[in-house]
Amino acid sequence: MSRYVSFRDFDWLLLVFVLMICGLGIMEIRSATMHTKFAGSHIKQLYWVAAGVGMMFIMSLVNYQVLLDRIHWFYIASIGSLMAVLIFGQKYLGARRWVKMPGGNHFQPSEWVKLILILAVAKYFADLRHQELSWPDFVKAGAIVGVPMLMVLAQPDLGTALTYVPIAIMGVFLGGMQWKQGMLVILLATFGIGAVFFAPRVHVLKSYQKQRLTSFIDPTLDPQGAGYQVEQSKIAVGSGGLWGGKGSQTHGAFLPVPQTDFIFAAFSEEHGFVGALGVLLLYFIVLMRLTQNAQTAPDRAGTFVVMGVVAVLSFHILVNVGMVVGFMPVTGIPLPLMSYGGSSVLFMFLALGMVMNVRMRRFVN
Amino acid sequence: MFGRDEKVSAFRLTAAQYAILAIFLVLAYGLWRLQIMQSDLYSSLAEKNRIRNVPILAPRGKILDREGRVIVDNYPSFSALLLRDTAHDLDADAGLIAQGLHLDPNEVRARIRRFASVPQYQPIFLKEDITPDELAFIDAHRNELPELDTIVAHRRLYPRNGFMAHVVGYVGEVTEDMLNQPQFELYSPGDVVGISGVEREYNTLLMGKNGARQEVVNSHGREVGLLGETDAVAGKQLKLTLDIDLQIAAEEALEGKNGAVVAMDPRTGEILAMVSRPTFDPNDFAVRVSRDQWNKLVTDENHPLMNKAIQAQLAPGSTFKIIMATAGLQEGVAQDLHVVCNGGGIFYGRYFKCWIAARHQTHGPVDIVKGIYQSCDVFFYTLGEKLGIDRIAKWAIALGMGQKTGIDLPQEVSGVMPSEEWKLKNFKQKWFAGETISVSIGQGAIAATPIQMARAFAAIASGGRMVRPHVTNPTDLPPGIVPASNVPDEVNIPIDPKNWEIITDAMAQVVSPVGTAGASAIKGVDLAGKTGSAQTVSNMLKSKMSASEKAKYKDNGWFVGVEPRRNPEIVVCALFEEGEHGSEAAHVVSKVVQAYVEKQRRQPQKMANNSGKAEIGAVWTSTNPDGDEQKLNGGHFFVDIPRKTPATLMAAPGLP
Repeated sequence: MSRYVSFRDFDWLLLVFVLMICGLGIMEIRSATMHTKFAGSHIKQLYWVAAGVGMMFIMSLVNYQVLLDRIHWFYIASIGSLMAVLIFGQKYLGARRWVKMPGGNHFQPSEWVKLILILAVAKYFADLRHQELSWPDFVKAGAIVGVPMLMVLAQPDLGTALTYVPIAIMGVFLGGMQWKQGMLVILLATFGIGAVFFAPRVHVLKSYQKQRLTSFIDPTLDPQGAGYQVEQSKIAVGSGGLWGGKGSQTHGAFLPVPQTDFIFAAFSEEHGFVGALGVLLLYFIVLMRLTQNAQTAPDRAGTFVVMGVVAVLSFHILVNVGMVVGFMPVTGIPLPLMSYGGSSVLFMFLALGMVMNVRMRRFVN
Repeated sequence: MFGRDEKVSAFRLTAAQYAILAIFLVLAYGLWRLQIMQSDLYSSLAEKNRIRNVPILAPRGKILDREGRVIVDNYPSFSALLLRDTAHDLDADAGLIAQGLHLDPNEVRARIRRFASVPQYQPIFLKEDITPDELAFIDAHRNELPELDTIVAHRRLYPRNGFMAHVVGYVGEVTEDMLNQPQFELYSPGDVVGISGVEREYNTLLMGKNGARQEVVNSHGREVGLLGETDAVAGKQLKLTLDIDLQIAAEEALEGKNGAVVAMDPRTGEILAMVSRPTFDPNDFAVRVSRDQWNKLVTDENHPLMNKAIQAQLAPGSTFKIIMATAGLQEGVAQDLHVVCNGGGIFYGRYFKCWIAARHQTHGPVDIVKGIYQSCDVFFYTLGEKLGIDRIAKWAIALGMGQKTGIDLPQEVSGVMPSEEWKLKNFKQKWFAGETISVSIGQGAIAATPIQMARAFAAIASGGRMVRPHVTNPTDLPPGIVPASNVPDEVNIPIDPKNWEIITDAMAQVVSPVGTAGASAIKGVDLAGKTGSAQTVSNMLKSKMSASEKAKYKDNGWFVGVEPRRNPEIVVCALFEEGEHGSEAAHVVSKVVQAYVEKQRRQPQKMANNSGKAEIGAVWTSTNPDGDEQKLNGGHFFVDIPRKTPATLMAAPGLP
């Protein structure tokens, strides 16, 4: 089969748009970290992107169907690694998220579990032959994502745990969700949001999570904490105007971590509504191109894999940009492809590698 | 595998696309709302929104003497700050600012340029220790010049008139050269650091850590809120081994003269006093020193900035004869050496004069003892001829000549101790035997610092135990502060006790009527030492000079004294530049030693120090049994002192 696979079928157009976004990100990282102790981060980001592109090519060569056939092993390994984090993880700022690797590197398994979940959900729904999703299947699909999600929540890492949700929802929706099930999902979501608003009075969430959530509900409650961050972000975006400004929020160190979580705020301040909308448009093109690839996938599994990636990417954009413009609480979710950070960049390129993988095999079968 | 007909519902995929579109429309609306609809609101918020980092200056640690008396303190003063984030045109305002603060406008502009790389929200210092009228100027121009502000700073308050100036040193703004050195990498421009003396040597200890206030300021530079504050951490105080009382005595003894005095405890290496003259006022440096003042200090030919106690490398003259005597006796040459001094002698075909010849006298027959107390040059010429340069250098180097003593003060120099090897290495020339003759009396290529001479004498008088001098007690310092030195704390140079006695007895005779410094004897004090007068130019050159030139190149006087003569408690070295003769320097030393002895006698704790027994001298009158004659008695008693508080001692006389 592999003799039909060729890089001629590689989605070069998609790669061009992705790299444009990365380029804008690197540019903004450079601008935002200039004269700070993070100066030079854009060079490191450049290396991460280069490494990511390399891994994407490698990923595209491994037949995704081979990966899907062994997905139960990967899934078990994921659960194991999350378990390891809970037991042996490095405690940092009150949460266990990292495992120290030999050589001094820190490994955050919850990021890679996302990839496995996309594949696992794809495999699960691809194997279902029914047009309509039965209730037991609905529950099982929920469990596949729910178990690792609860483990990540226990770390605790609310932000990453939330990024697992869209994978499940996308899977269930495309897998033939019934009306009643849809209602249930909406009900659960409403309950979740309600819990978020109610959470400050419950002792399940860590104090910093409560703080982030409370401050979202009323930013003036905690002007120097998370609410302060949202407020500064809104000022940064708003002061950018139509064409952008000199970026006093970014360069005056008002905007927290302008190279990672708030990079879109920094970009919007410096390049205005025109620039920010341009970036959103680039993301939209990438997402539309991805869905097109999902439609042309050789099989159900391929479609599910690509749509899983679409779900995760859209969710990240929604939550991150939503936070920047003040629609969402501060969750610590980075903007994929733009935010500074090796894990995030590598994850995105590996996910894109899977998409390429599916696309390159679209005429195979 | 599934066939193409089992593909995912196209309807649902399209629905997902619309969902994504909806998300993006919502986000785009969010951007529209902030950036188009409320752009003005947020722009003005951004304008208002500025943080300024105003430093809270940490006071430097005090410097204390060995008894905890304050030598260097701080006093509060105002500094003028320039805030660069007020959107005012600083270049245009520079003229007015400079005028009000009595600065040069170009200097102000140069300073703004120098700090260009420092973030804008960080204010820069314009002028330290501003005067009341400058303070009033800043207050009066709050509206025209909002970029000017004041801050309370802790200025260094040094003793007046340059008292102890060379040991203490001074502080100044860290220079760009220093910032490029690895040990200053954590400092930033504008930081005040020690530039010389202990201020520099112990800068890390003395310097505190500045705090900061994160002020939220509006676009006009007015403070509208406080975001956070980190407190300043004050520097730690530093206790020196120097004794203010002794230092006063030394400073007064050298008053009006040029030179140096260093007093050390030979048992521990603790420096008790250190003076260098002429001196400077470090208070002039605590505020930025003016260029004129600086140039005057640097070009002064008497080198007021130089700590001559550790930085003057001069011929030690006859004081070197003690080292010669040690070498001669230890090598077994000097014991039986008997020379007849006729006012000079011929060595290696050249006639060398004895100093006594200038008085048209001779020393007659001389042995090692007379050679020392009469400082007979002919005796030491002969001894030098017999020893040879390498045996002299062996002992001189063992006694620390030509090497740094390792004192914990910056910029110590090593002096020069010539030897055959030294000459070959530095001049690529063979040693001429004739050169040995000059070295034998501490002239020629040899150069020593006062601290080296003090240490060598201390070692010889202590029977060969040589310690490393220090101005702070390492045990008083927190770990990690003790400066590294490759000089060992203590070395033992084996000196035969018999030779030790010969040398120290002869040194005691120097300060006796037969010696060269008889006038400096102190009654009841066992002072011993050696005079020296060292030529600054050769006699040959001097004979060609005019009278005024001769006056300029007068001999340097030296004296190194110890008390008591063996296992001394104190060694004092005085260098009296252009002091003509060592007996003048001996007066300086004797004043310091006298001050030391008097202080020791006054101190009650010294008596109670040893095993609860104290020696008490007393004078009383008694009547003889006949009752008609009163007699004055005197005596010494050993009295048991209870190890109790002085209160019980006070109560004792009232008891039966």
